[in-house]
Amino acid sequence: MVVARSAPILRATKLTKRYGQRTALIDASFELWSGEVLAIVGESGSGKSTLLNVLAARDRPDAGTVEFQLKDGTIEDVFQMTEAQRRLLARTDWGFVHQNSADGLRMDVSAGANVGERLMALGDRHYGQLRATACDWLARVEIDPSRVDDLPKHFSGGMRQRLQIARNLVTRPRLVFMDEPTSGLDVSVQAKLLDLLRQLTQQMDLASVIVTHDLAVARLLAHRMIVMQRGCIVETGLTDQVLDDPQHPYTQLLVSSVLQP
Amino acid sequence: MSIPILRLTNVSKQFTLHHQNGLTLSVLNDVNLEVAAGECVVLDGASGMGKSTLLKLIYSNYRVSAGSIQYTEKGCKPLELTTANPRALIDVRRHHIGYVSQFLRVIPRISTLDLVAEPLLSEAGHNEQAIQQAREIASVWLTRLRIPERLWGLAPATFSGGEQQRVNIARSMIKPRSLLLLDEPTASLDALNTQTVVTLIQEAIAAGAAAVGIFHDQAIGKQLATRRIDMNNFRSIPCAAQ
Amino acid sequence: MSDTEQRVTAIPALKHSNESQDVSQHFNFAYLDERTKRMIRRAILKAVAVPGYQVPFGSREMPLPYGWGTGGIQVTASVIGPNDILKVIDQGSDDTVNAVNIRRFFQRTTNVEITTHTQAATLIQTRHRIPEMPLRQDQVIIYQVPVPEPMQRLEPRERETRSLHGLAEYGLMHVKLYEDVSRYGHIATTYDYPVLVNHRYVMAPSPIPKFDNPKMHMNPALQLFGAGREKRIYAVPPYTAVESLGFEDYPFEVQQWEAPCEICGSRSSFLDEVITDDSGGRIFVCSDSDYCQSRQSSAEQNLPAQPSDQRNGK
Repeated sequence: MVVARSAPILRATKLTKRYGQRTALIDASFELWSGEVLAIVGESGSGKSTLLNVLAARDRPDAGTVEFQLKDGTIEDVFQMTEAQRRLLARTDWGFVHQNSADGLRMDVSAGANVGERLMALGDRHYGQLRATACDWLARVEIDPSRVDDLPKHFSGGMRQRLQIARNLVTRPRLVFMDEPTSGLDVSVQAKLLDLLRQLTQQMDLASVIVTHDLAVARLLAHRMIVMQRGCIVETGLTDQVLDDPQHPYTQLLVSSVLQP
Repeated sequence: MSIPILRLTNVSKQFTLHHQNGLTLSVLNDVNLEVAAGECVVLDGASGMGKSTLLKLIYSNYRVSAGSIQYTEKGCKPLELTTANPRALIDVRRHHIGYVSQFLRVIPRISTLDLVAEPLLSEAGHNEQAIQQAREIASVWLTRLRIPERLWGLAPATFSGGEQQRVNIARSMIKPRSLLLLDEPTASLDALNTQTVVTLIQEAIAAGAAAVGIFHDQAIGKQLATRRIDMNNFRSIPCAAQ
Repeated sequence: MSDTEQRVTAIPALKHSNESQDVSQHFNFAYLDERTKRMIRRAILKAVAVPGYQVPFGSREMPLPYGWGTGGIQVTASVIGPNDILKVIDQGSDDTVNAVNIRRFFQRTTNVEITTHTQAATLIQTRHRIPEMPLRQDQVIIYQVPVPEPMQRLEPRERETRSLHGLAEYGLMHVKLYEDVSRYGHIATTYDYPVLVNHRYVMAPSPIPKFDNPKMHMNPALQLFGAGREKRIYAVPPYTAVESLGFEDYPFEVQQWEAPCEICGSRSSFLDEVITDDSGGRIFVCSDSDYCQSRQSSAEQNLPAQPSDQRNGK
């Protein structure tokens, strides 16, 4: 009845991170399975971005471990790997969609080069094929493929975000981290992006960790949700469960504060 | 046929409203219930008695405060829903337990046809034939529920309440499931469409599903029920604010 | 003896006849002190041990500013010995201001024999060209390098490029080539064309024309590279693989000319374009002046009736 998968694709155990005297993250633990989307919600200063950065190995924790299941099934402690192994993972099996698309793109090279870069780094050396793959991905993220030679500098915010997604997904990662992927975008543009994320996540069976302060985004995209307050995970569960039957006082406050149009 | 697929034991539910001085609302207390395949259990009672809450507890939309909810799929080991891990719950919802609510949750930019076909499409993957089939089945459902074909390509955000509800029902029932939870599914429908929905539910039960439902219209409840439960039996003693 | 004739001293007459004596009283052999030479030689050894890897070194203040070949000079000064025969060229010519000055510098500080003849030299310091005549195992060629980092324009942060080199992450390099093809229909880089050395490090070969890149591959001579301003030394040991980057469907290609050299008739050397009049008239001549002259003089020897040279050198 229940599909047995042997191990979670990502396991965080008691992650702690301090910045000087301030503790930004305290004892964060959870598991993520293949194909699951997990939303981390909380307000500014809750530690959600810190948690995301530690999970994605962009920051080293002061305590705790992050374990990732490789393609061949072996489980590796992310921070015991060499820098080279981590960077290779980040380019192939992982994706990271930044809040500000300029952080996740090369603004001075064409859209096609942006999408093809990871492939070139892995050894692809056929220009024609690289370009065709790039056009294919642009179409999948609903950017007109004729813009393959244009610079992201000349794209709108929503297009840049979609380009960022294409750039990350071209190597078919199994795990994608997203940091407020829709913030700063117009509502209609957000809807387009969210729909795209939803579809791609399903089609590619991605496991995904999405940091957001927008509960509607969590409800639409995530199977499960983690609520953070002041560095601690205060509640976790199925998304609809946490939103419809919040247990923790902070969660109740968050949910009740959302404006309904 | 007589193995209970759903068993509630001593289920209680309280809501604690932390931002209203910790006010505790006790909605259900010590509920015991067994439902077998082929049964349609209708919950009766005035509003506020916890009927909807009970359905949501079964669906794991709400957490129990105490007690156990066991679901047993034919030929499988029983699953304790109150302590199951999220993956198991997602799996159970996808394949076995369906929830038909009163409200359609509209996902932007998805056409009505694809919205209805979605439970089947998500399993079709890239198989062209399966995708085609899923859409065909969806169109059959939409036809039966009298949604005009010209609307199938549109997103249902602008449909009338009744139309949206019919889309919702189609989506919730298109994939045959062992347990159906029905939360006032016919509330916004006219008589003709209500009868259609009743027939659909009867067909599902005849095919071996079990159902637990709430119907605002007593007559419908009578039509469908194999058993009726008075919520007074489960009603808890009200608690003062603490 | 033609040998003596070939070892031409092209420097202008010294003002004081005692100047070289004065110089040798005040400066160490080849200008740099021995400890500095040792430091640079250590860097060179490291560079040779890891072909294509940029080794940082303590670049010294030299009596000419950055951008005039101080890196190449420091490398030459560290390896030159009293029995070496030095050739200095700039864009293939022995006669330009740069080449003349550098050559004079070494004459005054070392008193070694100098030559314009590639095949007679043991050390060749060059700016922006590799001589046409094939080099030998007993020769060393020293390149002057302005920017040692091949990815500098794409990734200005040195911290990042060091990581990229260390992890052999060269996707960025190919991004640049991709951009060229998408913009111009071909790879637009014509000089300082990036190469992969010993199948491991991507290297900037200095602003030599891409025409010269194939000469670097499996060259019997030791190739040393010095960047004075950027303070880096790198090397390609003899018989090392040096491959120019490219795409499978847009591979590396060398330049071609329609016409042969106007003076010596060569069709296989790098040609400079020379404007001859104000109405757009132009001719193409070998950039490597020694090569051109050698071909000319051997042609003259075969045909003694030919008129004497009309060199339109730079």
